[in-house]
Amino acid sequence: MDIATEAKPETIVFKGRKVVGGRAEGEALVTSETISGWGGINERTGTVIERRHEMRGVSFAGKILVFPGAKGSSGWSAYFHMTRLNGVQPQAMIFTRMTTKIALGAVVTRVPAITELDRDPLSVIETGDWVVVDADAGTVTVTKKKPA
Amino acid sequence: MKLTDYEKAMYDGEYGRAKARAMDLLLRYGEALGAERLVETNNVAGAFNASTPSVQPIAQKGMEHVYSELNLDSDEVVDVPHMVAHTCQLITGIDNDNWELQGVDKSLVDMQRENEKFLGRRGVNMFATCTPYQVGNVPVKGEHCAWMESSAVIYCNSVLGARTNVEGKESTGAAALTGRIPYWGFHITENRRGTHLVELDIEVDDMMDWGLLGYYIGEVIGEDIPVLKGTSRQPDLVKLKHFGAAAASSGGVEMYHIPGITPEADTIEEAFGGRKMKGMFRYGAAERRETYEKLQSATEKKVDFIMLGCPHNSIDQVALIAHLLEDRKIHPDVQLWVHTPRAIKQVAERNGYLDVIREAGGVVMSDTCPAISRRLPQGTRVIATDSAKQAHYLPAITGVQGWFGSVSDCVDAALTGQWNGRA
Repeated sequence: MDIATEAKPETIVFKGRKVVGGRAEGEALVTSETISGWGGINERTGTVIERRHEMRGVSFAGKILVFPGAKGSSGWSAYFHMTRLNGVQPQAMIFTRMTTKIALGAVVTRVPAITELDRDPLSVIETGDWVVVDADAGTVTVTKKKPA
Repeated sequence: MKLTDYEKAMYDGEYGRAKARAMDLLLRYGEALGAERLVETNNVAGAFNASTPSVQPIAQKGMEHVYSELNLDSDEVVDVPHMVAHTCQLITGIDNDNWELQGVDKSLVDMQRENEKFLGRRGVNMFATCTPYQVGNVPVKGEHCAWMESSAVIYCNSVLGARTNVEGKESTGAAALTGRIPYWGFHITENRRGTHLVELDIEVDDMMDWGLLGYYIGEVIGEDIPVLKGTSRQPDLVKLKHFGAAAASSGGVEMYHIPGITPEADTIEEAFGGRKMKGMFRYGAAERRETYEKLQSATEKKVDFIMLGCPHNSIDQVALIAHLLEDRKIHPDVQLWVHTPRAIKQVAERNGYLDVIREAGGVVMSDTCPAISRRLPQGTRVIATDSAKQAHYLPAITGVQGWFGSVSDCVDAALTGQWNGRA
């Protein structure tokens, strides 16, 4: 909380639990919907392809992906694994619901990942915010984007 | 995580580099989950196959590279020893017999065959189906398993009462070599109890009914554990196979209870086991209708391709299709593919079902399905399927329009070239 009080007003700091260690920063891509791996993403482009998904057609490549977690097929980890081999993986993952799919997926995507945050990241972080994930320290620092 | 002395020794490389890398993955995975320890498993169902173009550059370096990178998430290439756990291969991308019809490049077929030799010698049994429980891997109640394939996992947990989480390509690869998997989630008794009650206001009877109910439940329940109340008809393997696959497609359901039918609860009270109910849903005619509509992504009535057998068909389902096609011919503009495990295909051949389906103009496929292979007959624009799971995934993966309906509505579409299905 020290960091939060010392930081600029538009900066918010969360505390959470490390899932995969490391540090990354970038632009947030936020969805309130869970994501399918196999059958839900194109692993060559990092794009969501699921019919009726609010992020259909959007790529998470290079973004800080903020989402509830994984759903669907057990090919989840294999498909996110391939996004890494294809260089279109997200830079980090922030999620709220722990499952074996998301845990293994985050591990093999080898990006910093964090969960069990002390505030709901889905209601605080918005697409376009600048996010620093320091999974080893267990912190997420969000700088809100300036209003357009 | 707490490791036993034997697990530490594996991690330290005393039993070879492959087991060391496998333990490294299991440790990273277990810590990501927040698991306290590993549990022994002697039943692994995974995806070891090399059958897609993206695997080809890795496979060209040797099958050890494929296993190391894709099944162990290891940058170090390790020699792969014999599996220690009973292990089987799930569904693959290529039908070893019908690959030309699938439009698969010969080089991919050769890669799959070479990979199968590599795996076969190391004890990975080539069931090549999404339904290992139909062809000889029927875990016993309480058995700790490490299975992939969401439709098999939900069947394993719910219908058989064995214990598995939805594992992945890498965790099953590691489990097969070490006989270990994180002790987390559905391995733990308290986590297997119901969370939501789903009360049925209508009779759920045939296979389509069970698919619709499953698809509805996945949408409303997400990843929780439904307990069904009000089932008046006894379901069977085929119906629960479809029900679970649907619930695991629209949502992430990995376990359910049907008190009196599934093995871990005789009563609703026992299904919840003292856990506080999180919510309740009622499933009636309106919910059924709405779910049916959601599964339709097609507008054109003229169909090109009929996909039956997801999850892979039982022998009874193949027999029914043969019966519906007897002495008839499918429409010349339509292709019909029926999917069943290779072991069941042998029985179907012997029974004469395959001849009937072939004479009508259909094809019986094994080892794969269009959603996994991403391969449809050339020029397919509109499909019809009796599988809620396939209706969910195929349009997303391949961009086709999809009709969902009963097996008889699908066979009718195959014969007429027109979709006339009814809810």
